[in-house]
Amino acid sequence: MTTTRSKVVYSPVFTDGAEFRIPTFKLLKQDGSLYKGAKAPALDKDKALRIYRTMVTTRILDERMLAAQRQGRLSFYMQCTGEEAAVIGSAAALDDADMIMAQYREQGALAYRGFTIDEFMNQLFGNELDYGKGRQMPVHYGSKKLNYMTISSPLATQIPQATGYAYGQKLAGEGNCTITYFGEGAASEGDFHAALNMAAVQRVPVIFLCRNNGYAISTPAAEQFAADGVAPRAYGYKMDVIRVDGNDVLAMHEATRAARSLAVEHNRPVLIEAMSYRLAAHSSSDDPSGYRSKDEEAVWREKDPILRMRLWLERKKWWSEDDEKQLQETMRREVLETMKRAQKRPPPPLESLVSDVYDEVPPVLAEQFEKLKAHIRRYPDAYPKSAEHAKGGA
Amino acid sequence: MTQMNMLQAINNALDTAMAADERVLCFGEDVGVFGGVFRATSNLQQKYGKARCFNTPLVEQGIIGFANGLAAQGSVPVAEIQFADYIFPAFDQIVNESAKFRYRSGNLFNVGGLTIRAPYGGGIAGGLYHSQSPEAYFAHTPGLKIVVPRNPHQAKGLLLGAIHDPNPTLFFEPKRLYRASVGEVPDEDYRLPLGEAEVLKEGTDVTVLGWGAQMEVIEQAVDMAEKDGISCEIIDLRTILPWDVETVANSVFKTGRLVVTHEAPLTGGFAGEIAATIQERCFLYLESPIARVTGMDTPFPLVLEKEHLPNHLKVFEAIRSSVDF
Repeated sequence: MTTTRSKVVYSPVFTDGAEFRIPTFKLLKQDGSLYKGAKAPALDKDKALRIYRTMVTTRILDERMLAAQRQGRLSFYMQCTGEEAAVIGSAAALDDADMIMAQYREQGALAYRGFTIDEFMNQLFGNELDYGKGRQMPVHYGSKKLNYMTISSPLATQIPQATGYAYGQKLAGEGNCTITYFGEGAASEGDFHAALNMAAVQRVPVIFLCRNNGYAISTPAAEQFAADGVAPRAYGYKMDVIRVDGNDVLAMHEATRAARSLAVEHNRPVLIEAMSYRLAAHSSSDDPSGYRSKDEEAVWREKDPILRMRLWLERKKWWSEDDEKQLQETMRREVLETMKRAQKRPPPPLESLVSDVYDEVPPVLAEQFEKLKAHIRRYPDAYPKSAEHAKGGA
Repeated sequence: MTQMNMLQAINNALDTAMAADERVLCFGEDVGVFGGVFRATSNLQQKYGKARCFNTPLVEQGIIGFANGLAAQGSVPVAEIQFADYIFPAFDQIVNESAKFRYRSGNLFNVGGLTIRAPYGGGIAGGLYHSQSPEAYFAHTPGLKIVVPRNPHQAKGLLLGAIHDPNPTLFFEPKRLYRASVGEVPDEDYRLPLGEAEVLKEGTDVTVLGWGAQMEVIEQAVDMAEKDGISCEIIDLRTILPWDVETVANSVFKTGRLVVTHEAPLTGGFAGEIAATIQERCFLYLESPIARVTGMDTPFPLVLEKEHLPNHLKVFEAIRSSVDF
C-alpha cells in the first residue's frame, strides 16, 4: 500500500522544493522594541525576569569558567554565549515535569530549572558531590529531580531517545512532552532522521530544537548541508516546523509554547530551527580564529540576545541600571566563591570506579577491584586521590 | 507444561511479560500485525493493542535509540532487531548509550528495563548476512548483559529473566533452533538467573563448554567421545556477559582439560577470553592446552556453510586431541 497521493504527469517533472521557503518568526528588534504588527507574548514580569536573570547568570558562569579553564583549574569547558535566548527562552515555555534531553551547550535550560551554581561546580570539578561521580568531562550535567537527562558526548544519540521517552510519556498519559536540543551539525547524523521519522509516524509529543549556530566546530553550515537550513527536512517527515530568530527570546518562548501545545494536546511532534550564532569557540580546546573572521563575529555580537532582552525589559520599566549592576555583582561573587568551595572538595571515592556499571558489581569486576586496591596499597604515593580509600577491604 | 518449539516459547515469554506488566512493549521491523518474520511476536498486537506492540520504520539505530529513551522513562521495552547481522547500525546506541547510561549519570538514570532480541547464528543457509554470531563485539562492552538460550525451556526462562533484569540485555536467539528445538515448557512465569552457567552433565576427563545452538553439537560430539571411553563434563555458559568464571574454573580444576566452541570466528572470539581467564585460574591443573573449536576467520559462507561451522566432528576431534595430548 502506498501512502503517496500525487497527481500524474506525462513528461518528467523535477521539483527542487524551492516553493517551500520557510519564514523566520521574530518579535523583538535589537533596540528592545517589538516589530510592527508583532503581538506581545503572554509573559508576566516574574517570568520575564527569571528568564533574564538566568541568561545573565549563564553568561557570567561561562565567562568565569572559561577563565578558570585558562588558569588550569578546569580541564575543559563549553560556553553557550550568543545562544542564551534560544536555549532559555525555549526551556521557559515548558512545564517543569517535561523532560529535557540536551546536547551539551544548554546549561541555561538547566539553570532555568533551578540547578544551583554549587551543583554546576560540583560537576565541573568532578568532586565527591558531583551527581555523575566524577565520571564525565566537565559540562556533562544531569538532574533527575529537574528532569534534565545526563549529557552524553556522542552527537545526536539523544534525539531518538527523546522520541522514545516522549512515547512513554504519551502512553503514561501524563500530559507531558520531551524537548531535545541539538546543533545543525548533529542534524546530519542518522539518529536525527530516525528520530524525526519515528516521532511523526507514532505521533509522539516531542519537540526537536535545532540550534543552528552556524558552525559544527569549524565546519560552517554551508558545508554541512546544501538545503535552506535544517527546517525543510520536516516536510519529508510530515512534521510541523517553525524557524525562529534564535536571538529573540520572546519569539523563542512563544514558538516553543505553541509547539508544546501541538505536541501535548494534539500529539504532533514539532521541529524548531533556532537561527543563532555560536559567539564563543566550540569548546575551550578550539580556536575560531583559524576558520572565521573577527568581522563576522562582530556582526553577531551586535545581535546579542541578552542585551536585546534587557532593552525590552527596560522599556517596560521592569529592569534598571541598578538592577543590572546588582545582578552582575552578586552573580560574579557567587560564581567565584562557589567555585573555590567546589574545587576544595575531595574526589569521589574509589568505589565509584566500579559501581553503576551494572546495578550490582559482578564477580569478575569485584575481583579486578580487589586487585586494584591491593596495587594502590603497594604504591600509595602514585595514587594520591585514592590511597586513603584503598586502605579498606581485603 | 506444554510442548513448544523455541519460537513458541519466546512468544509465550513475551505474552507472559506483557500480561503481567503494561509497561512492557514489543516493537521492531514487522513485529506488529504480522508477528515478526519468524513469528516470535505473533498475536501480541492483536492481544495488547497497537500502542504496545508495533512496527517501526526500517532503522535499527532508531529502534534502539527509541528503546533507550523508553527504558529511561520507566517503560520496559523489548526491541527486536530482525537479524543479529543487522544490529550494527545500532552499535553506537547499544555500546555508547545503553551500556553507559547508568554509569555516566551516577545512577540518576538507567535503561535497565531494556531487552534487545535478535535471531542469530548460522545453519539455515543464510549466507553472510543472515548467519552471524556477533556476541564478542558486545562482550567487550561493560554495562551490557548478553544471553543465549539453548532450548525452549531455557528460552522462556532466560528471556523473562532478561526482561526483568535491571540491566540492558542482549538476547540472541539461535534461529536454527527456532522450530527444530522442541520441549516441555512451564506455562507459568518463571525466570532463570542471568550470569550463571549450567552444568548439563558431569564428567571427569574433559570440560566441553558452549552456548546456544552449539550445545546440541556438543551433545553429539560427547556421545561419540563417551563411546571411546572419555568422560565429558558439559557446561552451557548461557550468559556471555558477565560470565560465570567460577563454574567453569571449578569444572576445569576437576577435569584438567577444556574445549570451548562457538560459531563466531576464532580471532577475537569469546572463546579466547575464556581460555585466557581459565589458564590464569587453573594453570597448574591443566593437562593439555585449552582448545577452541570455532567458525573460521572468514565472512560467513553460503554453499560451504557445513565446512565453515564447528560441527560435532570438529568438536569430537578437539576432545580427542585434548585427552590424547
